[in-house]
Amino acid sequence: MPIQNAGQHILHQFDDDLKSTRNKVLSMGGLVEKQVENSLLALVNSDSSLAEQVAMNDYEVNSMEVAIDEECNHIIALRQPAASDLRLVVAIIKTITDLERIGDEAEKIGRYAIDLATEERNEMNFAELKRMGDQVKKILRDSLDAFARMDVASAFETAASDKAINDEYDLITRNLIKSMSEDRSSVERGLKVMWCARALERIGDHAKNICEYVIFTVEGKDIRHTSFQQALEEFQKKN
Amino acid sequence: MNVDAPAVSEEVFQGKQSKRIEDEEVCIKCQDFSLFYGDKQALFDVNMDIPEKRVTAFIGPSGCGKSTLLRCMNRMNDLIDGVRLQGKLLLKDEDVYDRSVNVTDLRRRVGMVFQKPNPFPKSIFENVAYGLRLQGLSNKREIEDRVEWSLKRAALWDEVGGRLADNAFDLSGGQQQRLVIARAIAIQPEVLLLDEPASALDPISTLKIEELIFELKSQYTVVIVTHNMQQAARVSDYTAFLYLGELIEFGATDRLFTNPREKQTEDYITGRYG
Repeated sequence: MPIQNAGQHILHQFDDDLKSTRNKVLSMGGLVEKQVENSLLALVNSDSSLAEQVAMNDYEVNSMEVAIDEECNHIIALRQPAASDLRLVVAIIKTITDLERIGDEAEKIGRYAIDLATEERNEMNFAELKRMGDQVKKILRDSLDAFARMDVASAFETAASDKAINDEYDLITRNLIKSMSEDRSSVERGLKVMWCARALERIGDHAKNICEYVIFTVEGKDIRHTSFQQALEEFQKKN
Repeated sequence: MNVDAPAVSEEVFQGKQSKRIEDEEVCIKCQDFSLFYGDKQALFDVNMDIPEKRVTAFIGPSGCGKSTLLRCMNRMNDLIDGVRLQGKLLLKDEDVYDRSVNVTDLRRRVGMVFQKPNPFPKSIFENVAYGLRLQGLSNKREIEDRVEWSLKRAALWDEVGGRLADNAFDLSGGQQQRLVIARAIAIQPEVLLLDEPASALDPISTLKIEELIFELKSQYTVVIVTHNMQQAARVSDYTAFLYLGELIEFGATDRLFTNPREKQTEDYITGRYG
């Protein structure tokens, strides 16, 4: 049953609790999006003060994770959720873990941005990172949208878009290896660029996980570590 | 990472492998089973295979017919005027409502425990021995052995073994209920029907009864009616959800409580019913 259309609980307080926790996840998502956005801006603009701000703000993401975790514990202990309610609470607990990790990746990008700002700019690298960054921002936004609306179709679509990010990452890696083997002096900077790309690639993976939790919450099916194609076909056949 | 996992079988894909009802031996079979109290229909074409040596729980709001259905299984409804039945109810392929069935025999095979403990106003020992004597057992030694065995099976022996001559009414509610279960299993029935067996008990006694139910299923088919959904989730292998006299959903308990197929089941177990 679509979570959005779920009727009210007899216990209104339970509805309020679930709603408030879900809203907090979305606020946390918004904060994480902002962190990713700022880390990318700092990176491509060599803006080290913005980069420092990103690194400093990570604690906010962490404290939101702790607070939401605690609320979920309360819901489980006090309300003993079942069926779709239970799946929603489990999905929230998992989602915020991924969001927290995304925050960590943004923080990493911020730290590399501080380092890279002091070095000579390589415009080609930055153009590539910016392109990949745009894709990553989109997948993150779409996965949070899918979560907010509990939209399975868009969760599938968004999860599938992670492949393009992985391809981009492979491309950046190949280019970097090539340039580093041609010019030894570029190795230090090249590695930092690669770690940034790696952080972006991980953010894509985490966003994909969030899509999988949406599918789990609504469909009651755990599609992690299974064939994505198979799961998609199942879903399409059903609808 | 660009790694897509290899295709997996449908069962793995479905998540944790639930028990499959189709693989179980059938103990009680309801076929298009309907029941009327006078003009009022209380059960509508119930079709269900209750598996042998498993715990099956009936859940549903008050008046949904779960107790009515349970009571049909040892013909307790025979005692009510104006009850009319349609369809079949089979116990190991024998029609429970066939004319040739001896009801006393049936109730020996299908024991029942009610919501309120109802021990006889006799000693603890006599409560359990009573049914054995009715069954024709007269050897004192044999009766003593069976009483001890039953009280042990009912997890009561440690508490009452030293005072079997005491009046059963001196026991606590939880102990009385376990005594009643001991009485029911003393005559070694095939099926044990439990109608809200723990609803009048405190949480610890409730857990003892639940533990006992879990133990009992190795030997008996247990069918339990409960209002406590967490209890159904904890003790049963299979759960049936009834609503307004209809069987809405019947399946493995772990699946039904995490991913019910029917909206009505979902609404009921998440507390949205009403």
